[in-house]
Amino acid sequence: MVNPSIAQDTQVLLQEQERTSEKQLKEILSSYQGKKEELIPILQQVQQAFGYLPEPMMKKIAKFLKLPESTIFGVSTFYAQFKLVPSGRNIIRVCRGTACHVRGSAEILGEVEKQLGIKAGETTPGLEYSLETIACFGSCALAPVVVTNGKVHGRMTAPKAREMLKKGAH
Amino acid sequence: MSTSAPTEVKERKMDTIKLTINGRDVIAKTGVTVLEAALNAGIYIPTLCYDPDLKPYGGCRLCVVEIEGMRGLVSSCTTPATDGTVVHTETERVNRSRRITMKLIIANHHGDCLTCAKNQDCELLKIARYLGIEQEHIDRLRKGTQVLPVDKSHPAFIRDPNKCILCGKCVRACHEIAVVGAIDLAFRGNSAKVTTFGDEPIVESICKSCGECVARCPTGALMPKWEKPPAKEVKTVCPYCGVGCSIYLGVRDNKIVSVRGDSEGPANKGSLCVKGRWGYDFINHPERLTTPLIRIPDVARQAGHNGRVQEIFREAKWDEALELVANKLFELRQNYGADSIAALSSAKCTNEDNYVMQKFVRAVIGTNNIDHCARLCHASTVVGGIAAFGQGAMSNSYSDFEKTELFFVIGSNTTECHPVLGSLIKRRVKFGGAKLIVADPRSIELGEYAAVRLPHNPGTDVALLNGIMHVIIRDGLEDKEFIQERTEAFEDMRQLVERYTPEAVEAITGVPQADLEAAARLFGEARSACILYGMGITQHTTGTDNVKSIANLLLLTGNMGREGTGFSPLRGQNNVQGACDMGALPNVYPGYQRVDDPAVRTKFETAWGCKLSDRPGVTTTEIANAILGGDIRGLYVMGENPVLSEPHLEHTRQALERLEFLVVQDIFLSETAWMADVVFPAAAYAEKDGTFTNTERRIQRVRQAILPPGEAKPDWEIISTLAEKIGQPLCYQNASQIMEEIASLTPIYGGVHFNRLDNDSLQWPCPDALHPGTSFLYRDGFARGRGKFHAVDYVPPAESISKGYPLVLTTGRVLEHWHTGTMSRRSNVLNELYPNGVVEMSPDDATKLGLIEGDLVVVASKRGRVETPVHITEKSPPGLVFMPFHWREAAANILTNDALDPVAKIPEYKVSAVNAVLAVLDRASQDNAFLARLAENPAEALKEYEVTAEEKAALMSGDIRKIESWLGKLDERLKTWLMLRLSQEKW
Repeated sequence: MVNPSIAQDTQVLLQEQERTSEKQLKEILSSYQGKKEELIPILQQVQQAFGYLPEPMMKKIAKFLKLPESTIFGVSTFYAQFKLVPSGRNIIRVCRGTACHVRGSAEILGEVEKQLGIKAGETTPGLEYSLETIACFGSCALAPVVVTNGKVHGRMTAPKAREMLKKGAH
Repeated sequence: MSTSAPTEVKERKMDTIKLTINGRDVIAKTGVTVLEAALNAGIYIPTLCYDPDLKPYGGCRLCVVEIEGMRGLVSSCTTPATDGTVVHTETERVNRSRRITMKLIIANHHGDCLTCAKNQDCELLKIARYLGIEQEHIDRLRKGTQVLPVDKSHPAFIRDPNKCILCGKCVRACHEIAVVGAIDLAFRGNSAKVTTFGDEPIVESICKSCGECVARCPTGALMPKWEKPPAKEVKTVCPYCGVGCSIYLGVRDNKIVSVRGDSEGPANKGSLCVKGRWGYDFINHPERLTTPLIRIPDVARQAGHNGRVQEIFREAKWDEALELVANKLFELRQNYGADSIAALSSAKCTNEDNYVMQKFVRAVIGTNNIDHCARLCHASTVVGGIAAFGQGAMSNSYSDFEKTELFFVIGSNTTECHPVLGSLIKRRVKFGGAKLIVADPRSIELGEYAAVRLPHNPGTDVALLNGIMHVIIRDGLEDKEFIQERTEAFEDMRQLVERYTPEAVEAITGVPQADLEAAARLFGEARSACILYGMGITQHTTGTDNVKSIANLLLLTGNMGREGTGFSPLRGQNNVQGACDMGALPNVYPGYQRVDDPAVRTKFETAWGCKLSDRPGVTTTEIANAILGGDIRGLYVMGENPVLSEPHLEHTRQALERLEFLVVQDIFLSETAWMADVVFPAAAYAEKDGTFTNTERRIQRVRQAILPPGEAKPDWEIISTLAEKIGQPLCYQNASQIMEEIASLTPIYGGVHFNRLDNDSLQWPCPDALHPGTSFLYRDGFARGRGKFHAVDYVPPAESISKGYPLVLTTGRVLEHWHTGTMSRRSNVLNELYPNGVVEMSPDDATKLGLIEGDLVVVASKRGRVETPVHITEKSPPGLVFMPFHWREAAANILTNDALDPVAKIPEYKVSAVNAVLAVLDRASQDNAFLARLAENPAEALKEYEVTAEEKAALMSGDIRKIESWLGKLDERLKTWLMLRLSQEKW
């Protein structure tokens, strides 16, 4: 049965969270004028603050810019830089560029997917890891490369990747 | 392609240009694109993304042409035509490019053309043929293998992204025409598609179901679910609201199988709303009345019904039913006089039906007891408008809205009640630079587009308008010249509004002073302004005062009698304007000629060849009391449903039960028809000829598309035959003949004849056969001479909130439904989109009452109670609840107040004091006083009742099992409600 006092607590907590994030959004928006050309900078700033673009935020941005919500969604899904779901605290990027591919990055990606139990583009349930692929990182001399939280690991192999994840790729 | 040879114009007009297309000289209007210039000259250029109603897009790249002097190929739809431009539309280079583009479009298209419902009208297919695309071309390209899920969520249409070519027409129609923005292009590359916010099914989005997208889709990506290709199309007028959209009904096998907006329709220019486009299937509904019905003797006339027609009525032949009614009416007249009979005419019927009905009542029965539902919607407009201007109709036209600088919308939820007009206002504000002021207690959609929102308390319109005028006069923004030259009685009004300072007005209306001032300045400074209003103004005990205040504001600022200005009461029903014009009112003959004016009466007596009564009759809202008082004994109802539409329904039902004789003429067995002694089956709008007059006084032809079901007949024909049975035949052969008689007796319709309406419409006043009709009134003077100011003081609504009834109930319509639901609830699409009634409540009030979305609640006023689910929405401000009145299962009018405006006799639907309680709690506490008290005030309940320490502890800790052990088993929802209530109590 629902325990109303717990439900109440959760509700209070959620409301509290909502208030804080609403305040944060308001702060971000306060430096804009509400012109439609400000959409992308706003989305970027909101993503920086929240790690992704939460739906309620996108709706509020739509209201602020007097643009249809569907347009905000269209722009957010068009650009690869925007995320609509929260990312993990650690972002692992496996390079799938030509040089890395030739040197076996498919196997590395497979290994990482197996270890984390997610596919590329997904995030582990506890928001620990997000796994992404990139087309080329520009470090072909070190191919194949894996980038964890911005740190480049060169000459990667599947066993090395496994080791790295075991130690915690932070 | 027709190529009417361009006439070599010697003297070219100033606003034209000359260009050369494919070696031919073409004259075009300045400002058109190359594509438009070509199309207008009959030169075909293939295109998939061009639509004359939408802004140039340049998306499909099929309309490319060569223009001399320009590099490469240019898209003709985005290139302005300039004088001297030389264009080539069919060179090999052009067609090669088009073919490549086309192949790329088709490469991703599923080639199931044979079974695609669009195949005959598919633009893609047509252009592919035109360009000569061959199978081998397509085979060479990689075929799209992706199969995307089809969105079938909407009851009216499907969205198949596999057939979508991303031309963006649907997106642009949604943004630019409907101004809704439910869909847009999203995602990228191969995944790009048209979708809603969050990629949700369309029915869960903000889509308003207007179908502007479906109407424009060039392929089968957006397809109606139920439409069939029609065998023929018939042009007529939409039967729903008063906007008067011109439509084409698609007919096949004596059934309506499609509806299409008429792009030349003066009111809608092709646009339609959800009701007009999808709500047509009620016509073919199996419950249509097909034969006269006679109540079985001894079956009591009770409100409410069990759904078994055979137990209440028996089918009868026309002759028998008509004779019965004729005899009964004759008998009543013999025994109690003509005034013992009353009739309700109908705003849904044609002008011809209404004319014949009022003539029947006046000339055959001999009474002026005729009224119709305009009493319930715009009676105060007629009274107020006549007092101020001499005429109660809308003074301007939609064409004025195209020019107006400022819209002031008060008491009208335009986007839901007059959707096509609502979109026009949104377009004017969003793209045309017009400004908007919205005054409404609820947060209606138009508010999002407003420069200033004035959320005033319900029923405080006079104070609000007086406040605005106070500021305008204080700041010297009034039109002194206009006041001087064209108005009278200004001084009294000026003195009165002096008291309505912004502070005083804020105290009454709740509108912040700064907003009031901003609105007043906007209105005072606008060069042209219109005031659009609806039931929020009229349905009050102060309805007439409200209308007079609107007139005051327009006169004060000189916003009358000029293009782009004016007085715009938005009429709710397809032909409510016409029904009023036809004299279906107790005090006037057709054309507002007074029954108590001897000269007028003589004219009608001569024309109709009989004596006429000089006593104005009773109004719709007075009929119930007149029945209960024994004055009225027989009632003839044509196409109205008072058992759901009157205020304080219990009272109305009791009255109707007391009638000696009730005849109802309708297309369905309405709630009122269930109570009738005799029911006549009538033809619906698609089954008869006639005319409707829309809210801008535009008279348009209604044309018969199909035959009526069974033995149903047009209303005027039924009445004519009945008159014959009574012994005073009216002798009409067709609707056109009736209009001839109307024109001969009604000066404002003097020039209206069916032959003039064949290809055109006319706006009254149209006094003679050569008169072109009148787009806006009072150019040279008001109908009463000078416009009259009225000093109108604020009077609060008849009912105010109290401890027992702490919420204000306001009623109205929702987008998907119409009036008592007789038609819209019998439309599958409309019914599926919005299946049942709700009470809308603010999150604040819901929290206070412990309600969650969808909870069944009992809403009660002093007059009655209804049970309905709650919808929690910020549309309602705290303290205000809203109920649509379309559902008999949750009839809002059981609750509404039947207090009347003293002059117009319109009831106060918009303000009733009510309370709301969780339904299970209401039921449980009916026989449990302790529970009732506990729910109301737990701490006090503990003090008032003797409870043991153990019980007290259980209550204070919310131990529901213990509580149940002595209160008895509680409903699950009630348990959670009670626990929450107890946990919130500060003991």
